[in-house]
Amino acid sequence: MIAHAIVFYIFSFIAIISAIMVTVSRNTVHSVFFLILDFISISCLFIMIGAEFLGMIMLIVYVGAVAVLFLFVVMMLNVAQQKNEWFNASESSSHIPVGLLVSLVIFFELIIVIGGWKYKPEVLDSISLNVDTNITNTQSLGNVIYTDYIHLFQLSGMILLVAMIGAIVLTFRQRSGVKRQSYIRQISRERNEGVELVDVETNKGVKIDA
Amino acid sequence: MLSIGLGHYLTLAAIIFTIGVVGIFLNRKNIIVILMSIELILLAVNINLVSFSIFINDLSGQIFTLFILTVAAAEAAIGLAIIVIYYRNSGTIRVEEIDKLKG
Repeated sequence: MIAHAIVFYIFSFIAIISAIMVTVSRNTVHSVFFLILDFISISCLFIMIGAEFLGMIMLIVYVGAVAVLFLFVVMMLNVAQQKNEWFNASESSSHIPVGLLVSLVIFFELIIVIGGWKYKPEVLDSISLNVDTNITNTQSLGNVIYTDYIHLFQLSGMILLVAMIGAIVLTFRQRSGVKRQSYIRQISRERNEGVELVDVETNKGVKIDA
Repeated sequence: MLSIGLGHYLTLAAIIFTIGVVGIFLNRKNIIVILMSIELILLAVNINLVSFSIFINDLSGQIFTLFILTVAAAEAAIGLAIIVIYYRNSGTIRVEEIDKLKG
């Protein structure tokens, strides 16, 4: 139990510190690195409390895909060296105290809610998807996702497809002056527009591109 | 203090959520950090769902975490694509200089 508590405090401390560093770090690339550290420590917490599948999926999706995508975009756009005026008293920073105030109010509201709630007694009796301790977490999730939640699962696949098409359509651009292969023109080319038969007179030669 | 319960996880999620909100409000740098703050907020929500799911022994929370993960990945892809074309068109993604809409 004590080891569990120590590990929990270590991982959550790393997670909180790296979340703070994401927002205050001077360099955007460093922010992405701290975001990766944050995801990794939270997924360690997930694995620790028994949601192994989600912890591993967090590692794969967030660290492997999303964070690397962020890193890719940050390096591609060359904003890493951009001057950072965090908390600088520029003309448009008058909303910073209000923003801090609102955030603090949100935090204390959340803490009050966490301190003061309890389960309704009938909630604990009416749980529909009890965890079976004889099979692994991954297997029990798979049993449910591919049966009861199959429509939501398919729908999330559609969301990913739409996101993929949207990202491609948004960032695609036709450059002018680039020679490309056009299959439809290659296939539909006829003999009479590609070949011209010329009767060459003796001692005259042929003049091309008249 | 030494027995970790649901309240500890919820507190951790609340702290990370608040850091994400602060990151959105206070950011003067570029809009990519705002997207990262949104990811932090979604992460806090995921912590809430997973810890409730574990502590009341119900699988639905983990399933919905999976769907949130999907939507977060899609949102990051679309958001970064929009940022890339904005940078290509206007040459900056600083938060103060994005004022084309005059909001």
